[in-house]
Amino acid sequence: METRIIVVTSGKGGVGKTTVTANLSARLAMEGFKVVAIDADIGLRNLDVVMGLENRIVFNMIDVIEGACKLPQALVRDKRVDNLYLLPAAQTRTKDAVTSDQMKELCDSLRGEFDFVFVDSPAGIESGFRNAAAGADEALVVATPEVSSVRDADRIIGLLESFGKTSINLIVNRVRPEMVRSGKMLGVSDVMEILAIDLIGIVPEDDSVVVSTNKGEPLAMTDVSPAARAFEKIAGRIMGKDIPLRDIDDLEEKGFLVNFRKLFGRRGGRS
Amino acid sequence: MGFLDRFFRRETPRKSAKERLQLVLIHDRADISPGTMELIRKDLIKVISNYMIISEEGIEMDLERDGRSVALVASIPVLEVKRKRSREGDK
Ligand SMILES: Nc1ncnc2c1ncn2[C@@H]1O[C@H](COP(=O)(O)OP(=O)(O)O)[C@@H](O)[C@H]1O
Ligand SMILES: [Mg+2]
Repeated sequence: METRIIVVTSGKGGVGKTTVTANLSARLAMEGFKVVAIDADIGLRNLDVVMGLENRIVFNMIDVIEGACKLPQALVRDKRVDNLYLLPAAQTRTKDAVTSDQMKELCDSLRGEFDFVFVDSPAGIESGFRNAAAGADEALVVATPEVSSVRDADRIIGLLESFGKTSINLIVNRVRPEMVRSGKMLGVSDVMEILAIDLIGIVPEDDSVVVSTNKGEPLAMTDVSPAARAFEKIAGRIMGKDIPLRDIDDLEEKGFLVNFRKLFGRRGGRS
Repeated sequence: MGFLDRFFRRETPRKSAKERLQLVLIHDRADISPGTMELIRKDLIKVISNYMIISEEGIEMDLERDGRSVALVASIPVLEVKRKRSREGDK
Protein backbone atom coordinates (compact mmCIF):
# COMPACT_ATOMS: atom_id res chain seq x y z
CA MET A 1 0.00 0.00 0.00
CA GLU A 2 1.00 3.62 -0.43
CA THR A 3 2.58 5.14 2.67
CA ARG A 4 0.24 7.34 4.70
CA ILE A 5 1.89 10.10 6.70
CA ILE A 6 -0.36 11.37 9.48
CA VAL A 7 0.41 14.27 11.82
CA VAL A 8 -1.22 14.19 15.28
CA THR A 9 -1.71 17.72 16.54
CA SER A 10 -3.85 19.93 18.78
CA GLY A 11 -2.58 23.44 19.48
CA LYS A 12 -2.96 23.06 23.22
CA GLY A 13 -0.56 20.89 25.20
CA GLY A 14 -1.56 18.00 27.43
CA VAL A 15 -4.68 16.99 25.53
CA GLY A 16 -3.44 13.58 24.39
CA LYS A 17 -1.40 13.88 21.17
CA THR A 18 1.39 11.61 22.41
CA THR A 19 -1.07 9.12 23.90
CA VAL A 20 -2.98 8.96 20.62
CA THR A 21 0.21 8.61 18.55
CA ALA A 22 1.56 5.77 20.70
CA ASN A 23 -1.69 3.84 20.80
CA LEU A 24 -2.69 4.17 17.16
CA SER A 25 0.84 3.24 16.08
CA ALA A 26 0.83 0.16 18.30
CA ARG A 27 -2.67 -0.84 17.24
CA LEU A 28 -1.98 -0.57 13.51
CA ALA A 29 1.28 -2.51 13.91
CA MET A 30 -0.69 -5.24 15.68
CA GLU A 31 -3.02 -5.27 12.68
CA GLY A 32 0.01 -6.21 10.61
CA PHE A 33 1.01 -2.85 9.15
CA LYS A 34 4.55 -1.55 9.24
CA VAL A 35 4.41 1.60 11.34
CA VAL A 36 6.86 4.26 12.48
CA ALA A 37 6.02 6.89 15.10
CA ILE A 38 8.10 10.06 14.82
CA ASP A 39 8.53 12.28 17.86
CA ALA A 40 8.58 15.82 16.47
CA ASP A 41 8.59 17.43 19.91
CA ILE A 42 12.27 18.34 19.77
CA GLY A 43 13.70 19.28 23.16
CA LEU A 44 10.68 17.89 25.01
CA ARG A 45 10.60 14.31 23.85
CA ASN A 46 8.05 12.02 25.46
CA LEU A 47 6.84 9.56 22.89
CA ASP A 48 9.80 7.32 23.82
CA VAL A 49 8.70 6.95 27.45
CA VAL A 50 5.01 6.61 26.58
CA MET A 51 5.91 3.77 24.19
CA GLY A 52 8.39 2.34 26.71
CA LEU A 53 11.37 2.51 24.35
CA GLU A 54 13.45 5.17 26.13
CA ASN A 55 16.27 2.79 27.11
CA ARG A 56 17.08 1.71 23.59
CA ILE A 57 17.63 5.06 21.90
CA VAL A 58 21.04 5.53 20.31
CA PHE A 59 20.48 8.12 17.58
CA ASN A 60 17.66 10.55 16.95
CA MET A 61 15.87 12.40 14.18
CA ILE A 62 18.31 15.31 14.15
CA ASP A 63 21.24 12.90 13.77
CA VAL A 64 19.54 11.57 10.66
CA ILE A 65 18.85 15.04 9.28
CA GLU A 66 22.40 16.18 9.95
CA GLY A 67 23.87 13.04 8.45
CA ALA A 68 25.43 11.79 11.70
CA CYS A 69 23.79 8.40 11.11
CA LYS A 70 21.66 6.58 8.58
CA LEU A 71 17.91 6.44 9.07
CA PRO A 72 17.74 2.70 9.92
CA GLN A 73 20.30 3.23 12.70
CA ALA A 74 18.06 5.79 14.39
CA LEU A 75 14.89 3.69 14.27
CA VAL A 76 14.10 1.95 17.56
CA ARG A 77 12.35 -1.34 16.92
CA ASP A 78 9.69 -2.39 19.38
CA LYS A 79 10.39 -5.94 20.59
CA ARG A 80 6.86 -6.57 21.84
CA VAL A 81 5.08 -5.89 18.57
CA ASP A 82 6.38 -6.72 15.11
CA ASN A 83 6.64 -3.90 12.59
CA LEU A 84 6.53 -1.08 15.14
CA TYR A 85 9.30 1.53 15.16
CA LEU A 86 10.04 4.82 16.90
CA LEU A 87 12.08 7.67 15.48
CA PRO A 88 12.97 9.64 18.61
CA ALA A 89 13.35 13.41 18.91
CA ALA A 90 16.60 15.01 20.06
CA GLN A 91 16.32 15.95 23.71
CA THR A 92 19.17 18.46 23.95
CA ARG A 93 18.30 20.53 20.90
CA THR A 94 15.65 23.13 20.15
CA LYS A 95 12.92 23.27 17.57
CA ASP A 96 15.09 25.51 15.40
CA ALA A 97 17.42 22.55 14.74
CA VAL A 98 15.19 21.50 11.82
CA THR A 99 13.42 23.27 8.98
CA SER A 100 10.12 22.40 7.35
CA ASP A 101 11.93 21.33 4.20
CA GLN A 102 14.16 18.94 6.16
CA MET A 103 11.12 17.44 7.90
CA LYS A 104 9.37 17.02 4.59
CA GLU A 105 12.44 15.34 3.13
CA LEU A 106 12.69 13.02 6.13
CA CYS A 107 9.02 12.02 5.84
CA ASP A 108 9.35 11.47 2.10
CA SER A 109 12.36 9.21 2.66
CA LEU A 110 10.06 6.90 4.65
CA ARG A 111 7.64 6.51 1.75
CA GLY A 112 7.70 3.02 0.39
CA GLU A 113 9.33 1.72 3.57
CA PHE A 114 6.34 1.94 5.88
CA ASP A 115 2.57 1.65 5.65
CA PHE A 116 1.93 4.32 8.26
CA VAL A 117 4.05 7.19 9.54
CA PHE A 118 2.65 9.02 12.58
CA VAL A 119 4.17 12.37 13.49
CA ASP A 120 3.60 13.45 17.10
CA SER A 121 3.44 17.25 16.99
CA PRO A 122 4.52 19.59 19.77
CA ALA A 123 1.98 22.01 21.23
CA GLY A 124 1.71 25.52 19.85
CA ILE A 125 1.30 27.03 16.42
CA GLU A 126 4.94 27.94 15.79
CA SER A 127 7.77 26.26 13.91
CA GLY A 128 7.56 22.97 15.84
CA PHE A 129 3.98 22.42 14.77
CA ARG A 130 4.62 23.69 11.25
CA ASN A 131 7.57 21.32 10.83
CA ALA A 132 5.56 18.38 12.14
CA ALA A 133 2.78 19.13 9.67
CA ALA A 134 5.10 19.86 6.74
CA GLY A 135 5.60 16.29 5.55
CA ALA A 136 2.14 14.93 6.39
CA ASP A 137 -0.62 13.98 3.98
CA GLU A 138 -3.28 13.79 6.67
CA ALA A 139 -3.93 15.27 10.10
CA LEU A 140 -5.57 14.01 13.25
CA VAL A 141 -6.60 16.88 15.50
CA VAL A 142 -6.96 15.93 19.17
CA ALA A 143 -9.18 18.04 21.41
CA THR A 144 -10.64 17.59 24.86
CA PRO A 145 -14.15 18.90 25.53
CA GLU A 146 -12.94 22.10 27.14
CA VAL A 147 -13.27 25.69 25.96
CA SER A 148 -9.53 26.36 25.65
CA SER A 149 -8.77 23.07 23.90
CA VAL A 150 -11.59 23.48 21.37
CA ARG A 151 -10.58 27.06 20.67
CA ASP A 152 -6.96 26.02 20.03
CA ALA A 153 -8.11 23.10 17.88
CA ASP A 154 -10.10 25.52 15.76
CA ARG A 155 -7.02 27.64 15.22
CA ILE A 156 -4.96 24.58 14.28
CA ILE A 157 -7.60 23.39 11.82
CA GLY A 158 -7.57 26.83 10.18
CA LEU A 159 -3.77 26.67 9.87
CA LEU A 160 -3.79 23.11 8.52
CA GLU A 161 -6.34 24.20 5.91
CA SER A 162 -4.14 27.14 4.98
CA PHE A 163 -1.23 24.71 4.47
CA GLY A 164 -3.42 22.89 1.96
CA LYS A 165 -4.16 19.80 4.09
CA THR A 166 -7.46 18.36 2.96
CA SER A 167 -7.76 15.27 5.13
CA ILE A 168 -8.31 16.52 8.67
CA ASN A 169 -10.10 14.36 11.23
CA LEU A 170 -11.04 15.02 14.82
CA ILE A 171 -10.47 12.88 17.90
CA VAL A 172 -12.25 14.00 21.04
CA ASN A 173 -10.26 12.75 24.03
CA ARG A 174 -11.00 12.53 27.75
CA VAL A 175 -14.76 12.54 27.36
CA ARG A 176 -16.67 12.19 30.61
CA PRO A 177 -20.18 11.05 29.72
CA GLU A 178 -21.61 11.59 33.20
CA MET A 179 -20.59 15.24 33.21
CA VAL A 180 -21.88 15.74 29.69
CA ARG A 181 -25.22 14.22 30.59
CA SER A 182 -25.59 16.37 33.66
CA GLY A 183 -24.88 19.49 31.62
CA LYS A 184 -21.58 20.31 33.28
CA MET A 185 -19.34 19.75 30.32
CA LEU A 186 -19.24 20.06 26.53
CA GLY A 187 -20.27 16.91 24.71
CA VAL A 188 -18.83 15.36 21.57
CA SER A 189 -21.78 16.64 19.55
CA ASP A 190 -21.12 20.19 20.80
CA VAL A 191 -17.44 19.99 19.85
CA MET A 192 -18.31 18.60 16.42
CA GLU A 193 -20.87 21.27 15.76
CA ILE A 194 -18.42 23.99 16.71
CA LEU A 195 -15.38 22.68 14.84
CA ALA A 196 -17.32 21.44 11.81
CA ILE A 197 -14.81 18.77 10.72
CA ASP A 198 -15.13 15.02 10.46
CA LEU A 199 -15.01 13.02 13.67
CA ILE A 200 -12.94 9.83 13.57
CA GLY A 201 -13.21 8.80 17.20
CA ILE A 202 -14.03 9.44 20.82
CA VAL A 203 -11.76 8.39 23.67
CA PRO A 204 -13.25 8.38 27.16
CA GLU A 205 -11.44 9.58 30.25
CA ASP A 206 -9.86 6.38 31.50
CA ASP A 207 -7.46 5.73 34.39
CA SER A 208 -5.89 2.89 32.47
CA VAL A 209 -4.30 5.51 30.17
CA VAL A 210 -2.33 6.83 33.13
CA VAL A 211 -1.38 3.30 34.22
CA SER A 212 -0.21 2.32 30.73
CA THR A 213 1.85 5.52 30.47
CA ASN A 214 3.48 4.73 33.79
CA LYS A 215 4.35 1.25 32.61
CA GLY A 216 5.47 2.41 29.18
CA GLU A 217 3.15 -0.03 27.52
CA PRO A 218 0.59 1.28 25.02
CA LEU A 219 -2.92 0.14 25.94
CA ALA A 220 -3.41 -1.51 22.60
CA MET A 221 -0.81 -4.14 23.53
CA THR A 222 -2.54 -5.65 26.53
CA ASP A 223 -5.60 -3.89 27.73
CA VAL A 224 -9.30 -4.17 27.12
CA SER A 225 -10.20 -0.92 28.87
CA PRO A 226 -12.67 1.56 27.36
CA ALA A 227 -9.81 3.72 26.03
CA ALA A 228 -8.11 0.67 24.48
CA ARG A 229 -11.34 -0.22 22.69
CA ALA A 230 -11.67 3.38 21.52
CA PHE A 231 -8.17 3.30 19.98
CA GLU A 232 -8.94 -0.02 18.34
CA LYS A 233 -12.00 1.51 16.68
CA ILE A 234 -10.10 4.60 15.53
CA ALA A 235 -7.35 2.42 14.05
CA GLY A 236 -10.06 0.45 12.27
CA ARG A 237 -11.55 3.61 10.81
CA ILE A 238 -8.10 4.77 9.66
CA MET A 239 -7.75 1.42 7.89
CA GLY A 240 -10.99 2.23 6.12
CA LYS A 241 -13.26 -0.10 8.03
CA ASP A 242 -16.81 1.11 8.36
CA ILE A 243 -17.21 1.26 12.12
CA PRO A 244 -20.20 3.42 12.98
CA LEU A 245 -19.66 6.17 15.51
CA ARG A 246 -22.39 4.76 17.65
CA ASP A 247 -20.58 5.82 20.77
CA ILE A 248 -21.82 9.40 20.41
CA ASP A 249 -25.32 8.36 21.35
CA ASP A 250 -24.13 5.90 23.94
CA LEU A 251 -22.08 8.54 25.65
CA GLU A 252 -24.55 11.33 25.39
CA GLU A 253 -28.11 10.20 25.38
CA LYS A 254 -29.82 13.46 25.74
CA GLY A 255 -33.07 14.85 26.91
CA PHE A 256 -35.86 14.32 29.25
CA LEU A 257 -36.27 10.60 28.87
CA VAL A 258 -32.75 9.76 29.91
CA ASN A 259 -32.91 11.97 32.92
CA PHE A 260 -36.26 10.50 33.75
CA ARG A 261 -34.77 7.01 33.51
CA LYS A 262 -31.87 8.06 35.63
CA LEU A 263 -34.17 9.34 38.34
CA PHE A 264 -35.59 5.87 38.62
CA GLY A 265 -32.23 4.21 38.53
CA ARG A 266 -32.43 2.78 35.05
CA ARG A 267 -30.00 3.28 32.26
CA GLY A 268 -30.57 3.76 28.57
CA GLY A 269 -31.22 0.74 26.38
CA ARG A 270 -27.81 0.47 24.75
CA SER A 271 -24.64 -0.65 26.37
CA MET B 1 -28.91 19.28 38.70
CA GLY B 2 -29.03 18.14 35.08
CA PHE B 3 -32.66 17.20 35.27
CA LEU B 4 -33.94 20.41 36.81
CA ASP B 5 -31.71 22.55 34.60
CA ARG B 6 -33.07 20.93 31.53
CA PHE B 7 -36.61 20.95 32.80
CA PHE B 8 -36.56 24.67 33.45
CA ARG B 9 -34.26 25.33 30.49
CA ARG B 10 -31.71 26.82 32.80
CA GLU B 11 -28.28 27.82 31.62
CA THR B 12 -25.95 24.90 32.26
CA PRO B 13 -22.14 25.12 32.24
CA ARG B 14 -22.29 22.97 29.11
CA LYS B 15 -24.51 25.48 27.35
CA SER B 16 -22.54 28.50 28.39
CA ALA B 17 -19.28 26.83 27.30
CA LYS B 18 -20.79 26.20 23.89
CA GLU B 19 -22.19 29.69 23.50
CA ARG B 20 -18.99 31.38 24.63
CA LEU B 21 -16.94 29.24 22.26
CA GLN B 22 -19.19 29.98 19.32
CA LEU B 23 -18.86 33.69 19.94
CA VAL B 24 -15.13 33.77 20.50
CA LEU B 25 -14.47 31.56 17.46
CA ILE B 26 -16.38 33.84 15.14
CA HIS B 27 -13.96 36.60 16.01
CA ASP B 28 -10.91 34.28 15.98
CA ARG B 29 -11.80 32.97 12.54
CA ALA B 30 -12.57 36.32 10.96
CA ASP B 31 -9.68 37.95 12.80
CA ILE B 32 -11.84 41.03 13.29
CA SER B 33 -11.82 42.91 16.57
CA PRO B 34 -14.90 44.69 17.92
CA GLY B 35 -13.06 47.97 17.17
CA THR B 36 -12.70 47.05 13.50
CA MET B 37 -16.35 46.05 13.41
CA GLU B 38 -17.23 49.56 14.58
CA LEU B 39 -15.10 51.09 11.80
CA ILE B 40 -16.80 48.88 9.20
CA ARG B 41 -20.16 49.94 10.56
CA LYS B 42 -19.32 53.64 10.25
CA ASP B 43 -17.98 53.19 6.72
CA LEU B 44 -21.07 51.22 5.72
CA ILE B 45 -23.29 54.01 6.96
CA LYS B 46 -21.26 56.55 4.97
CA VAL B 47 -21.41 54.61 1.71
CA ILE B 48 -25.03 53.59 1.91
CA SER B 49 -26.10 57.10 2.91
CA ASN B 50 -24.99 58.20 -0.55
CA TYR B 51 -27.89 56.24 -1.94
CA MET B 52 -30.54 55.98 0.75
CA ILE B 53 -31.62 57.50 3.99
CA ILE B 54 -31.13 54.85 6.62
CA SER B 55 -31.85 54.48 10.30
CA GLU B 56 -28.48 54.42 12.00
CA GLU B 57 -29.93 53.22 15.29
CA GLY B 58 -31.74 50.36 13.58
CA ILE B 59 -28.60 48.86 12.01
CA GLU B 60 -27.80 45.33 13.04
CA MET B 61 -24.44 44.05 11.98
CA ASP B 62 -22.88 40.78 13.03
CA LEU B 63 -20.53 38.01 12.11
CA GLU B 64 -22.32 34.70 11.73
CA ARG B 65 -20.94 31.21 11.39
CA ASP B 66 -21.63 29.03 8.41
CA GLY B 67 -19.90 25.70 8.92
CA ARG B 68 -16.21 26.57 9.15
CA SER B 69 -16.58 29.95 7.46
CA VAL B 70 -17.83 33.27 8.71
CA ALA B 71 -20.28 35.68 7.07
CA LEU B 72 -20.76 39.36 7.77
CA VAL B 73 -24.49 39.88 7.97
CA ALA B 74 -25.96 43.35 8.14
CA SER B 75 -29.54 44.46 8.36
CA ILE B 76 -29.93 48.15 7.58
CA PRO B 77 -33.43 49.65 7.78
CA VAL B 78 -34.07 51.98 4.83
CA LEU B 79 -36.17 55.03 5.61
CA GLU B 80 -36.20 56.49 2.12
CA VAL B 81 -34.48 55.86 -1.19
CA LYS B 82 -32.93 58.98 -2.62
CA ARG B 83 -34.41 59.87 -6.00
CA LYS B 84 -31.18 60.92 -7.56
CA ARG B 85 -27.84 59.34 -6.86
CA SER B 86 -25.56 62.23 -6.10
CA ARG B 87 -22.39 61.98 -4.16
CA GLU B 88 -22.12 65.71 -3.53
CA GLY B 89 -25.61 66.63 -2.50
CA ASP B 90 -26.11 64.23 0.43
CA LYS B 91 -25.10 66.49 3.27
N1 LIG C 1 -8.26 9.37 27.70
C1 LIG C 1 -7.46 9.70 28.74
N2 LIG C 1 -7.82 9.35 30.01
C2 LIG C 1 -7.02 9.68 31.06
N3 LIG C 1 -5.85 10.34 30.96
C3 LIG C 1 -5.44 10.71 29.73
C4 LIG C 1 -6.21 10.42 28.56
N4 LIG C 1 -5.54 10.91 27.49
C5 LIG C 1 -4.40 11.48 27.96
N5 LIG C 1 -4.33 11.37 29.30
C6 LIG C 1 -3.25 11.87 30.17
O1 LIG C 1 -3.09 13.25 29.90
C7 LIG C 1 -1.71 13.61 29.99
C8 LIG C 1 -1.30 14.31 28.72
O2 LIG C 1 -1.34 13.42 27.63
P1 LIG C 1 -0.31 13.49 26.43
O3 LIG C 1 -0.66 12.41 25.49
O4 LIG C 1 1.10 13.54 26.93
O5 LIG C 1 -0.70 14.92 25.81
P2 LIG C 1 0.07 15.82 24.75
O6 LIG C 1 1.00 14.93 23.97
O7 LIG C 1 -1.03 16.40 23.90
O8 LIG C 1 0.79 16.88 25.52
C9 LIG C 1 -0.95 12.33 30.24
O9 LIG C 1 -0.63 12.26 31.60
C10 LIG C 1 -1.91 11.24 29.85
O10 LIG C 1 -1.70 10.06 30.58
MG1 LIG D 1 3.14 15.23 23.66
